[in-house]
Amino acid sequence: MGTQMRGTAAPGRTPTSLSRRSRTKGGIGESTLRPDGTLKVIGEFAYSSDLWHEDMLWGFTLRSPHPHARITSIDISKALAQAGVHAVLTHDDLPTAHTQYGLEYTDTPVLADGVVRHHGEPVALVAADHPETARRAAAKIKVDYEPLPVVHDEASALADDAPILHPNRDDHHAGHVPHPNIVHRQPIIRGNAAEAAKRADVIVTGEYEVGMQDQAFLGPESGLAVPAEDGGIDLYIATQWLHSDLRQIAPVLGLPEEKVRMTLSGVGGAFGGREDLSMQIHACLLALRTGKPVKIVYNRFESFFGHVHRHPAKLWYEHGATKDGKITHMKCRIVLDGGAYASSSPAVVGNASSLSVGPYVVDDVEIEALALYTNNPPCGAMRGFGAVQACFAYESQMDKLAEKLGMDPVEFRQKNAMSQGAIMPTGQIVDSPAPVAELLRLIKAMPLPPEKQWETARGAADVRALPGGLSNTTHGEGVVRGVGYAVGIKNVGFSEGFDDYSTARVQLQVIGGEPVATVHTAMAEVGQGGITVNAQIARTELGVTQVVIHPADTQVGSAGSTSASRQTYMTGGAVKNACEAIREKVLETGRRKFGTYHPAWATAELLLEDGKVVTDSDEPLADLVDVLGDEVIDIELQWRHRPTEAFDPVTGQGFGHVQYSFAAHRAVVEVDTELGLVKVIELACAQDVGKALNPLSVKGQIHGATVQGLGLAVMEEIIVAKDAKVCNPSFTDYLIPTILDTPAIPVEVLELADEHAPYGLRGIGEAPTLSSTPAVVAAIRAATGLPLVRVPVRPEHITGT
Amino acid sequence: MRLTFRVNGRQQQADDVWEGESLLYVLRERLGLPGSKNACEQGECGSCTVRLDGLLVCSCLVAAGQAQGRDVVTVEGLASQAKKRADGRSGGADGRTGKAGTDLQPLSPIQQAFIDAGAVQCGFCTPGMLVAADELLERNASPTDADIREALSGNLCRCTGYQTILAAVRLAAARGTADTAGTADTAGTGG
Ligand code: FES
Ligand code: FES
Repeated sequence: MGTQMRGTAAPGRTPTSLSRRSRTKGGIGESTLRPDGTLKVIGEFAYSSDLWHEDMLWGFTLRSPHPHARITSIDISKALAQAGVHAVLTHDDLPTAHTQYGLEYTDTPVLADGVVRHHGEPVALVAADHPETARRAAAKIKVDYEPLPVVHDEASALADDAPILHPNRDDHHAGHVPHPNIVHRQPIIRGNAAEAAKRADVIVTGEYEVGMQDQAFLGPESGLAVPAEDGGIDLYIATQWLHSDLRQIAPVLGLPEEKVRMTLSGVGGAFGGREDLSMQIHACLLALRTGKPVKIVYNRFESFFGHVHRHPAKLWYEHGATKDGKITHMKCRIVLDGGAYASSSPAVVGNASSLSVGPYVVDDVEIEALALYTNNPPCGAMRGFGAVQACFAYESQMDKLAEKLGMDPVEFRQKNAMSQGAIMPTGQIVDSPAPVAELLRLIKAMPLPPEKQWETARGAADVRALPGGLSNTTHGEGVVRGVGYAVGIKNVGFSEGFDDYSTARVQLQVIGGEPVATVHTAMAEVGQGGITVNAQIARTELGVTQVVIHPADTQVGSAGSTSASRQTYMTGGAVKNACEAIREKVLETGRRKFGTYHPAWATAELLLEDGKVVTDSDEPLADLVDVLGDEVIDIELQWRHRPTEAFDPVTGQGFGHVQYSFAAHRAVVEVDTELGLVKVIELACAQDVGKALNPLSVKGQIHGATVQGLGLAVMEEIIVAKDAKVCNPSFTDYLIPTILDTPAIPVEVLELADEHAPYGLRGIGEAPTLSSTPAVVAAIRAATGLPLVRVPVRPEHITGT
Repeated sequence: MRLTFRVNGRQQQADDVWEGESLLYVLRERLGLPGSKNACEQGECGSCTVRLDGLLVCSCLVAAGQAQGRDVVTVEGLASQAKKRADGRSGGADGRTGKAGTDLQPLSPIQQAFIDAGAVQCGFCTPGMLVAADELLERNASPTDADIREALSGNLCRCTGYQTILAAVRLAAARGTADTAGTADTAGTGG
């Protein structure tokens, strides 16, 4: 793609890739600063929770205290009677017969429809003039529940007498799942694992478990719905994908999509947790019912119930290897808990299975991954989904194999590492650089942090440098150091045949005597810096310094989701593509106006640089201002990555992923072996980023992803009891890393271009989340000698108490 | 109840405040100063950090009534606060503030350093981080990494992995604390 507008028979040639460095300041490759930085540091950036409207009401959601129950009656009269309350809504008040939504399957009730399937499921809504009034009124709604038996793990979900959570499935996987409580199952068979196992000198098996992690973005779910005079609605919202929300919202409201106008407001982080809807439809329903603007802001407690989490997983692995350290085969079975609704479980299954081997060459594999429906909290997108769980297991296996063979764990990995040209278990050939061995070499070569940094000149230990920190639990006694390595592979972009595209509208005109480009996309800026990069791309392609980023909204075509490490590739690609079309128009106009003055207009390769049309040998031909005059060039184009295809439902074969991304970590930890406390001293990362469009932002992504992986390794887990109730929905009990828990993170970046991607770039946001976790756990194993098969590792796993 | 207190150097009044309302709620919803953020309402995240008579507090845990007659500085007032401290030493003019106590000043050194070091991603933690970092630099002009970690340990950030936040505080300190840290007599009174 990327050629739609190039049919205009132009005599000159327009380069579609820049073979030389652009001179225009603030272009790609520079660490330009965020355009929203100033507003963010002065406190004036408007997050979705900051919005305010004259006459606005506050919405509140009543949620189920039961994980599985039939609703026998709902009495809203007391709530409605409370002063200040404007509306109370239940399922019966929904305006149309379309009462469910969902990312992949339409299986999630907007408000509980006679049955609740998880703890915290929305049952009723209140709008009132003060948030506290709304909260108190919600407490007066009387709901009678008749508890139903709970499905909470594989055994209970697939038992003969298991309650079927979604008896009338009509989704596209319903026909080939072995049990209706399985959302999706993806086997992959390649080669002959049983036969290959006979060649193995050693065989290593393991059972691993990954706990339920939360995205824990700091800005809670929130937004403001304003009813419009035309009967439609204006929704200001923090989301990852405006158009996907729109597709799910409009039919529930009974409105055509053009009457649901969405604008992105400030987003306080996302990490996958805003890919599904939360309060979007609820706020719109209340606003349409009351005729007043309605704002909903979750508090932290509610936020833990208001979005999907990372799938907890159980993983069974078997690997074999020959004496000289070559992996013979791999068998695995990965069971992901999808919770009560499908969300993105099918895609998570696809990732877990197709990436279950890791970045290694293994020709003979037998793989099965599946996601369950249970009464646990729904799970879906979180940074690195599917790949994170698998990486913890296969990297644990790599260490086990290396140990059994008496080999160095890094050398063993390097011996089996994939490189460009390798074949994935899906049969797909990796057709761009895959420098796995090199990344491992890079992190191993980094100098190790000095030992015993708690020792001070004065002799007293600096407890801040020790496990336990200021709790002053040790002065160095019983503290042992360990070093661990891991590497991972993540797909980039939407896979398995999904029609993945983004849209960019770019305008070029003269304003105040200067050429100015305006870039309009629906891309959700969630903190990653996509708006910075989009502006850089426009500068590079159009040779202008002034770039205006138009707010993201649904007045322009879809940008797809800010997830799957895809936005720089996809919306960056779309902006580049639209700019190329604009450049073509500029040159056309230039040739018309000035072509007779200089032969180079017809013969040379022309570029836009520093506000001028120049030849490829840097000869200026005209100022952009003169070429443009009063003309406004305005182009909106869709852009697609090369197509992928679905995995075969039986063999799992298929060109399923558009690009792969690789990162490796080395963790250095110190463990207080008596108390089981872990201090991560350093967490070094090496990653191939293809091309760093903004090196500062690239490092920011690597740091952030690394620390989320650290969190999963030793701190973060939503505890769900056997009765499927959530035990720790608060930052008091769900711990994310603080600055004290976070070590130094030295970063090495490789830039090996992927010829299929814009500028050769690689999606980078997720890969470092994968390898961080197993590296930390490997380091703890090295320090303690314990097997540690479950994350997060807790003190009692180390002390054995 | 009626509440009167100084915010970022300006006298402010809020009427009909409920008993249970927090200082954070009054700042955000009644005074039009949404810079201080609410990410937990439980004193766990630090995104609501402000200064109350110079002391760092989680404004979500402070009952609004406790602010009666006192001085509050929020992220919106950081720049004039820094200017005032600098002027205080050189005997310069009073810092001006605009609508509802929002800064008209250029950025304070710590704000500029956060931008330059790439310490802002989603930015939701930023206001609280800035208020806490500014307070650190005020009492310690050249903090060690351990000092910075200790001072910011109550402020969660989910995006940055804290590396660039450390770098930003180091940068602000290195750029000359002369513009940042106040002297004891003008520091922390909220001006
Ligand atoms: S909102 Fe006050 S500490 Fe989190
Ligand atoms: S920048 Fe997003 S929470 Fe810190």
